[in-house]
Amino acid sequence: MTSAQEKSETLSALDRPNSYIGKTVPRPNLDRLMQGRGLYVSDMELPRMAHVVFLRSPHAHAKINGIDTSVAKQMPGVIAVVSGSELSTVITPWVGVLSHLKGLKSAPQSAIAVDRVCWQGEAVAAVVASSRAQAEDAAELVLVDYEELDAVTDMRTALDPTTALIHASLGDNLAFERNHDAGAVDQAFAESDEVVEAEFVFGRHTGVTLEPRAVVADWNAAEARLTIYQGTQAPHMVQNIAALHLGLKESQVRVVCKDVGGSFGIKVHIYADEMATYALSKLLRRPVKFVADRVESFNTDIHARDHRCKGKIGVKRDGTITAFEIDDLTGIGPYSMYPRTSAIEANQVVNLVGGPYVTRNYRARARVVFQNKNVMCQYRAVGHPIACSVTEGLVDLAAMKIGMDPIEIRRRNLIADDAYPCASPSGLRFEQLSHHAALAKLVKMMDYDALRAEQAALRAKNIHRGIGIASFIEVTNPSAAFYGVGGAKISSQDGVAVRLDAQGSVICQTSITEQGQGSESLTAQIVGSVLGVSMDRVRVILGDTDNTPYGGGTWASRGAGIGGEAALQATKVLRKNILDVAAAVLQSTPGELDIVNNGVVNAIDGTPRIDLSELARIVYFRPDTLPPGIQAEFMATRHFVPREYPFAFTNGVQASWLEVDTDTGFVKLLKHWVVEDCGTIINPQLVDEQIRGGVVQGLGAALFEKCVYDERGQLTNANMADYLVPMSGEMPDIDVGHVVSPTLETELGAKGAGEAGTAGAAAAVTNAVNDALRPLGTIITEIPLTPQVILTALGRI
Amino acid sequence: MKASAFAYARATSVTNALELLTAHGERAKVLSGGQSLLPAMNLRLVAPEFIIDIGELAELRGVVVREGVLTIGALTRHADLLKSPEIATHAPLLADAVAHVAHPAIRTRGTIGGSLAHADPASELPACMLALGATIIARGPNGERRIAASEFFVGIYETALKPEELLVAVELPVSPKNSTHFFHEFARRHGDYAIVGLAAQAFVRDGRFANLRLGFFAVGDRPLLAKSAGKLVDVVITSAVLAEASSALNDELDPLEDQQATPAMRRHLAKVLLARCVSSLLDRPDLYAGVSA
Repeated sequence: MTSAQEKSETLSALDRPNSYIGKTVPRPNLDRLMQGRGLYVSDMELPRMAHVVFLRSPHAHAKINGIDTSVAKQMPGVIAVVSGSELSTVITPWVGVLSHLKGLKSAPQSAIAVDRVCWQGEAVAAVVASSRAQAEDAAELVLVDYEELDAVTDMRTALDPTTALIHASLGDNLAFERNHDAGAVDQAFAESDEVVEAEFVFGRHTGVTLEPRAVVADWNAAEARLTIYQGTQAPHMVQNIAALHLGLKESQVRVVCKDVGGSFGIKVHIYADEMATYALSKLLRRPVKFVADRVESFNTDIHARDHRCKGKIGVKRDGTITAFEIDDLTGIGPYSMYPRTSAIEANQVVNLVGGPYVTRNYRARARVVFQNKNVMCQYRAVGHPIACSVTEGLVDLAAMKIGMDPIEIRRRNLIADDAYPCASPSGLRFEQLSHHAALAKLVKMMDYDALRAEQAALRAKNIHRGIGIASFIEVTNPSAAFYGVGGAKISSQDGVAVRLDAQGSVICQTSITEQGQGSESLTAQIVGSVLGVSMDRVRVILGDTDNTPYGGGTWASRGAGIGGEAALQATKVLRKNILDVAAAVLQSTPGELDIVNNGVVNAIDGTPRIDLSELARIVYFRPDTLPPGIQAEFMATRHFVPREYPFAFTNGVQASWLEVDTDTGFVKLLKHWVVEDCGTIINPQLVDEQIRGGVVQGLGAALFEKCVYDERGQLTNANMADYLVPMSGEMPDIDVGHVVSPTLETELGAKGAGEAGTAGAAAAVTNAVNDALRPLGTIITEIPLTPQVILTALGRI
Repeated sequence: MKASAFAYARATSVTNALELLTAHGERAKVLSGGQSLLPAMNLRLVAPEFIIDIGELAELRGVVVREGVLTIGALTRHADLLKSPEIATHAPLLADAVAHVAHPAIRTRGTIGGSLAHADPASELPACMLALGATIIARGPNGERRIAASEFFVGIYETALKPEELLVAVELPVSPKNSTHFFHEFARRHGDYAIVGLAAQAFVRDGRFANLRLGFFAVGDRPLLAKSAGKLVDVVITSAVLAEASSALNDELDPLEDQQATPAMRRHLAKVLLARCVSSLLDRPDLYAGVSA
């Protein structure tokens, strides 16, 4: 483990002269995007393309007695009005379960509701017309005869025997339950000096991507082939599932995913309306476009969080944490999402609680229940914010109880930096983490003691400021343990092909995808560095199942760690192949040669020998001049998947400094710090941007974002005026520092960084608010921390 | 998110706009900056049959000061108010308030006339009109009508304007020399509609209010010119006096419930605002302490 500035002793392929690794270089796609030349699906137009608008249920739960489309079909521009049962002749339903999540159950879900709607916003009919406006006009004239049914909305009563069943065939409203019991929890609590309990409440929220979900499906009947243009994080997953449910072979489906206006996990799932769009294209034999509008985005993009988690911690007077216990409850809507399921978040909560700490005693129960609300699934930092808020909230409560400083109790309980490899109480294996180094760096960055002094001075003036600390672990670089072992055809490996073109430039095809996080940049940086060519000579192609190797895509903080390693290994092979040919041409040996600055040089003194462009010219156009027996292979492909560790865990710690106006309940964020350890840093600016963006999403959860449902299952704030996303005006400066513990499972050593910010931000803020309110004797364990929540807790209203 | 089909005419003059309004009456909507109307149309919350776009009527745009009266054309945009030296000099309260109206993109298109005619009870400018004692000028087929701001706002999105009338300007008395003002609103995020807000105009003499006009907004179905301000005029303000005014204010409020706040929270925040306003205008920190700037 070293700090970011220090250099490793042994040189690797990454330490070559002019390496781009560890350097802030501009993204190669910046000019294209800034000049408005991005290729977003929302902007796509194809000849004969029609637009689909989905008529959506106004009820949370209702029987469909009939649908009258006769008037709508007569409207100008209307091509077809299609019901769920009509579409079911083209596309089959699905069930979102995975076999490794034992006991997880769900009911068959159709592309468009058949006979019954289960949430407000579920599609009941598709109106296809020449323009979106015409389709919206016609949709108003589709008459649906609904018979309202009892809606299950409160997760706390979803399992009561008196509560209506959402799916009678399942027997109850329980989708999934997991129990875990490690160590000797009861004994540990009995031997504790103090035991503290609290219930933590997390609002439902959603991703709010700048570009909504968008798809253009184009069935070419002559080729018997479907091309899907879609803003997705996982093109091969979409290919597999579209083929499966349309009765096609995967070779009959091409998924193209160019620029995507934000995803955050929202666009890694299979949505019913997207499936309906594929099916409509096949049914109508023409391109069909669906772009969700903002209201439908709120009603149908997956929601996340919405947990109520009871927590319990035991502590000794010397600060030793003796045990954690949790009982988590979450509601997921009427179906488990497909194909990743909606049990993963609760499962992650069980996995991650207590993860940074030494104690072995841990008991957990998680229950996942069905509700008549929008579907819920994995969104950035799946489960992490819940686990982190519960764990760190409990740790702070324990510290408060025994009168210990929050930094000190963490110092005494975080797993020692030299204790690795080891495992968490839930059985997760850690290769190398750096909690103590990270905490020490954080304390220094924020000047903790000075901040405490300032806080004390201001308290005397009746100004309530607080400091909140949150240590966390993050799951990155997932192996097949995440989905593959459960039967989902979601690849955990990625592939990269690199080739030298006839002028010495490099074309690189990778199976990871780009939604703004910098996949294209990091790939070009790795290829350029390993090969010895400048980045402007490297062209990266991603997001096309016809034109990239097979792979998982970009999600779960896996692009850099897995796709990056595949790029490194493929480029090493290409480099070797180039040097073999160069050696033959130059009557040298590969060992005596190197590639630097786009040319072959003498390894020993850097003397230029032959430009790559010249070598490529010979290979492609005058192979007759090569020595006998030499066949140049200027293209190489490698795949990579982690095998030693199911996940490459990262760690970090965050701190929040804020002020609570105890008269108004408003929280002013003053400053935020993050120290995290994602192993090798490829592009510091991209990593810091990822961390900051993640923090902002976590701050949104802490203070602003919540999908507000009424008791009848109506989402009452499905617009950007009422659903409050975090805006720059309320965001604090976010200082980011790093500790670097590369994973030894790869030569690259990179772990993921995409979700670290989101994992711990809300926990740090909640702890800071409670720290600020400490003199008033108020503890709040509910987010978002709205003025209404704070004033109520303070008894001011 | 596409508006229903509608007919559209771009008015060529105020007279032309009035002719169109007379012809189409309640089936028509006037399009000014479009910052409230167009989102409502795109959400299909409203579906006017006819849109009368007054955007080109340059005669309705601009700020003029004459004989102690500040006249602001209805089409004057929020961004214009923000940078107008006349507003900064003669109605600084308005300049402060406009900075809280939404965001630059919205302020660049939104107009004062549009905001007043829309009459959202949570918006800033109607309350400023009350605090500043504005007169709203409406023109109709029978000529001009002058409406006191206190008579203009009659309910949620409801004004004294008749369907065939066009709001053409507002007149404000130039703020007297040495007068002072206070503007603050509690909003979840900068630029959001306020949970509760207060626009106040005052004249302070020898540490006492000689005059005090308190325009609260988001405290009911329309902006409120608080009568309880009277309890603070021409008296030495003590905590007890302030508490009495606060209690009287409470009786005047009729706040609504929404997702940001219960009526109880709005009442509480209005009283906090009153205390902060009085403390700030009199420069008396003793009347209110406890928050850093």
